[in-house]
Amino acid sequence: MTLSQIIANLPGLVVAIPLLLAPVVALVPLSSLAWVLAVVGTGLSLICAVLIQGSVTGGASYSYFLGNWPPPWGIEFVVDAASALTVVIMSGLAFIATLFARQGLLAEIAEKDAGMAYAAWLLACGGLSGLVMTGDAFNLFVFLEISALSSVILIALGSGTDRRALVAGYNYLLIGAVGATFYVIGVGFIYAVTGSLNMADLAGRIPDVPQTTAVMVGFGFMMAGILVKAAIFPVHIWLPAAYSFAPSAVSALLAAIATKASLYVLARIMFTVFSGTPDVTAIAVEFVLIPLALGGIFVGTILAIYENDIKKLLAFSSVAQIGYIALAFGVASTAGVAAGFVHIGNHAVIKGGMFLAVGGFAIALGRRIDLDSMVGLGRRMPITTIGFLICGLSLIGLPLTAGFISKLYLVRALIEADMIFIMGLVLFSSALSVAYLWKIVEVLWHKPTVSTPVPETPGLYLPLWMLAIGNIWLGVAPAPLIEAAGRAAMQLVGGM
Amino acid sequence: MTGPLAILADSWNYLVVICLMMGGLFIVISQQNLVKKLVGLAIFQTSVFLFYISVGKVAGGTAPILMKATDVAYSNPLPHVLILTAIVVGVATTALGLALVLRINAAFGSIEDDEILAMKAAASVPRARRDASSSEGAQ
Repeated sequence: MTLSQIIANLPGLVVAIPLLLAPVVALVPLSSLAWVLAVVGTGLSLICAVLIQGSVTGGASYSYFLGNWPPPWGIEFVVDAASALTVVIMSGLAFIATLFARQGLLAEIAEKDAGMAYAAWLLACGGLSGLVMTGDAFNLFVFLEISALSSVILIALGSGTDRRALVAGYNYLLIGAVGATFYVIGVGFIYAVTGSLNMADLAGRIPDVPQTTAVMVGFGFMMAGILVKAAIFPVHIWLPAAYSFAPSAVSALLAAIATKASLYVLARIMFTVFSGTPDVTAIAVEFVLIPLALGGIFVGTILAIYENDIKKLLAFSSVAQIGYIALAFGVASTAGVAAGFVHIGNHAVIKGGMFLAVGGFAIALGRRIDLDSMVGLGRRMPITTIGFLICGLSLIGLPLTAGFISKLYLVRALIEADMIFIMGLVLFSSALSVAYLWKIVEVLWHKPTVSTPVPETPGLYLPLWMLAIGNIWLGVAPAPLIEAAGRAAMQLVGGM
Repeated sequence: MTGPLAILADSWNYLVVICLMMGGLFIVISQQNLVKKLVGLAIFQTSVFLFYISVGKVAGGTAPILMKATDVAYSNPLPHVLILTAIVVGVATTALGLALVLRINAAFGSIEDDEILAMKAAASVPRARRDASSSEGAQ
């Protein structure tokens, strides 16, 4: 294969490399070799994603035909500003989480399971990238299930340390399968009225068919299914248990990328597939998405304030942060969608970092940690703690961190759209989020009962610090991300 | 012929789909037994398969194999292909679900949701701080 051929096939490779490596990794008996292959897989995927992002900076967009079947017959991968940006964010975070997995995953699962675990890991990464790249409504369901089933396996691997991980995995499987089936019902309705499955083709056909109940029902089912996958309140119930009982490395991977892919799909369906029926999407946004997003923000934040288990606390906080992204998409203006994409990137870096830090604590202490067992860790594990703090300050939106940029753009989009009351709620909820972060910070610097320093290994804190520095970098020099998010928003809602 | 009877005669296949769909979803929500929940999920998914197949059927249409005669109506083959994929996904989901139920049974000694919930509540009682720090000192 020549270089030009490789470049032409980049959109396929970014998904195919992890998927093809997964069965190879499953057969590797050595856990260290399996890890090397996983790093190679996610690393190559990241390189492909960066090259794809480079090819769309001029606002270009192109599509890649699988098996050289042109759409609307064949399955198409769409490369535009929006999908390229999301895939770069996701593969970058997946790569860093894989670096952490070398020590992070093996500390919590049996050595003999490592090969299979990395296989599921790669399948999850490949499935989620496919979710973002695909331009076919039914193909999206297949990627949805590839990523969901492999995530369930990864979550259930937490049973080595806590048997409740099995139940968390089972519940995610059940709720996720119902959600995905809802999505398929919706696709069925839309296919029945339009006769097409290609997203771009659908966008052109939907306004032309009679606007019967079937279109509305199809839209409703598709959205309901994606809301489950994106863990938007009140169908977020699978998320706290899944994130808190999964192995630490898996929590970091899923928190950073899993719901982000579904949120991207949400935007894609609302703004591309149903772009021709703005009255339908306007109702969905006004009466469903924005109220649910606000509900998620407050329920997540308040539950986080009262939670004692640190991973569950972060998971509740994720529910709230997903609410912010959904709210930004709900504004449905170019500025709003851009703010949503900015927060997709920033929240991936923030929450990925925080879960890596908590994983570092848990592995160093050799057990599950709640607030009580974190007492004084700031003095005993300073390197990990400072990394955690940087991500935490970014979460509440301190200036010069990534979180501040997110909040700034979200608030600006809300003001532009004359949603002053909602803006007030967002600022109030940000203030509330200080409460749960402060709770953690306070115990971290308490005088510890045992003051011996805990050894910290670079394999655990270097990935964390990459993300901590990423938080500061995105806060000080946010221009590249904001420009890319702006282009993505233009691509999706440019006409509105 | 109008009214409910006409609907029954013309689109009984969709009524079957609706009954299976609601029944399956109800089982998933209402049953405590984890295996029964998976059975409900399988019924729910099957109803969607039937829905797609119904949509793809053209009245009087034959199997989509190209014939010499020109006035033949063919049924739409695409929904069948999609559902073939969806069946595979459904099998994988059920298999993974059953595997998890086996592991849950081994770990909790029960596959009843409420009993497991009670055990989980007992397991999540926070340990005393003293207990936590002493076990840490032992490491």
